[in-house]
Amino acid sequence: MIAGKKAGIVSTGRALPVVRLTNFDLEHMVETSDEWITTRSGIKERRIISGDETNSGLSEIAARIALEKAGLKPEEIDILIVATVTADQLLPSSACLVQAKLNAHRAAAFDLAAGCTGFLYGLTVGQQFIETGAAKNILLIGVDTLSPIVDWTDRNTCVLFGDGAGAVVLQRVEEGRGILASKMYSDGTKAELLDIPAGGSKRPTTVRTLEERAHYIRMNGPEIFKFAVKIMVESTTNVLELCGKKPADLDFIVPHQANVRIINAACKRLGLSDSQVLVNIQRYGNMSSATIPVVLDEALEEGKIKQGDLLTLVSFGAGLTWGAAVLNW
Amino acid sequence: MEVLEIVKGLISEQLDIDEEQLEMKTTFEDIDADSLDVVELVMALEEEFNLEIADEEVEKIKTIGDIVSYIEKQIA
Ligand SMILES: CC(C)(COP(=O)(O)OP(=O)(O)OC[C@H]1O[C@@H](n2cnc3c(N)ncnc32)[C@H](O)[C@@H]1OP(=O)(O)O)[C@@H](O)C(=O)NCCC(=O)NCCS
Repeated sequence: MIAGKKAGIVSTGRALPVVRLTNFDLEHMVETSDEWITTRSGIKERRIISGDETNSGLSEIAARIALEKAGLKPEEIDILIVATVTADQLLPSSACLVQAKLNAHRAAAFDLAAGCTGFLYGLTVGQQFIETGAAKNILLIGVDTLSPIVDWTDRNTCVLFGDGAGAVVLQRVEEGRGILASKMYSDGTKAELLDIPAGGSKRPTTVRTLEERAHYIRMNGPEIFKFAVKIMVESTTNVLELCGKKPADLDFIVPHQANVRIINAACKRLGLSDSQVLVNIQRYGNMSSATIPVVLDEALEEGKIKQGDLLTLVSFGAGLTWGAAVLNW
Repeated sequence: MEVLEIVKGLISEQLDIDEEQLEMKTTFEDIDADSLDVVELVMALEEEFNLEIADEEVEKIKTIGDIVSYIEKQIA
């Protein structure tokens, strides 16, 4: 029996599509160069779904790995949250499709849409159910398959994104460990900085929306860049203050992997050294809600993160949304 | 402190260059600053001088002198 009342991540898993798309491949698709993409974003390659790979399929693989590490059977899951903006279908939720694949028949399953901040929103939402005792085992999946909805003729966006999934199991953990503080934030007045205008109920698919290429991601890069650097610094400082800590106390910051230049600018302002920052963007690009659980899973596998380490997870995305959490691993 | 001195200080800190190399006529190309370095510099200037620099203004800025005269006009 665990004595504590805090929620924590007890296991992780990841799943990545097989196909790699390198910057050199992109040079044949749009007017760009490996040099531009590398210096402006840090990305060298990204994974792209192909064949029968899907959002729910990647989720299932990542979930099975995390469940096995936690020693849990699918039927022991109380709540299954899929943080995503790219479900297989508009209806039903990806979470219900994943539930069926896993046969997690006891779980309440739902999707959570918060742009690239989905995983951090899911973490905070899951934390509440665990801490109140309303749920014992929560499976949280951060997954996005953006490749079908990025405009492969728009060099401003298509070079930045990739597909992938990460899963974690949330449970009560020992006193002093787990999620020490977490915060979610939104600013809907900035919705137009990153959106997909058509395909919803306001502008359903018509010949016109297709001709306007309005089903693809549109983004104001420089404005998002400024917003991202600012909120990474602010929200990291805020959540650390909530538990009486400073950036210097961190073993690792686990930032959303959107652009290495955003990460570097924010970490410089926070006074963090390179060795305190976990980065894998060079291999995967921006996988939206999947970035943080995948970086975490890799860093655990490599033995970088150890028990007792102090971490801050921080993310930002369409909405605008952002969030941060402090964890004692 | 003079605006020029503050601007030089911000640029030299952000891009790791010697302040001695920075003059009114220095361009972003001269100091190898790419468009994201400029975005970062704009953020630093906005914070330092407590103002907002619109995108159209940023596009007009080519030299350190342009920055200084824009800011002097704003805070005058
Ligand atoms: C997208 C981003 C890399 C663009 O960098 P930037 O330096 O701000 O680029 P700009 O949009 O000012 O464009 C600079 C120039 O590079 C060009 N450019 C854009 N993408 C390019 C590419 N892939 N290859 C070559 N050139 C490119 C632009 O067309 C522009 O050229 P122009 O001045 O001749 O018109 C950067 O703004 C960014 O990363 N923003 C944050 C985006 C993000 O993280 N979104 C997800 C949030 S969850």
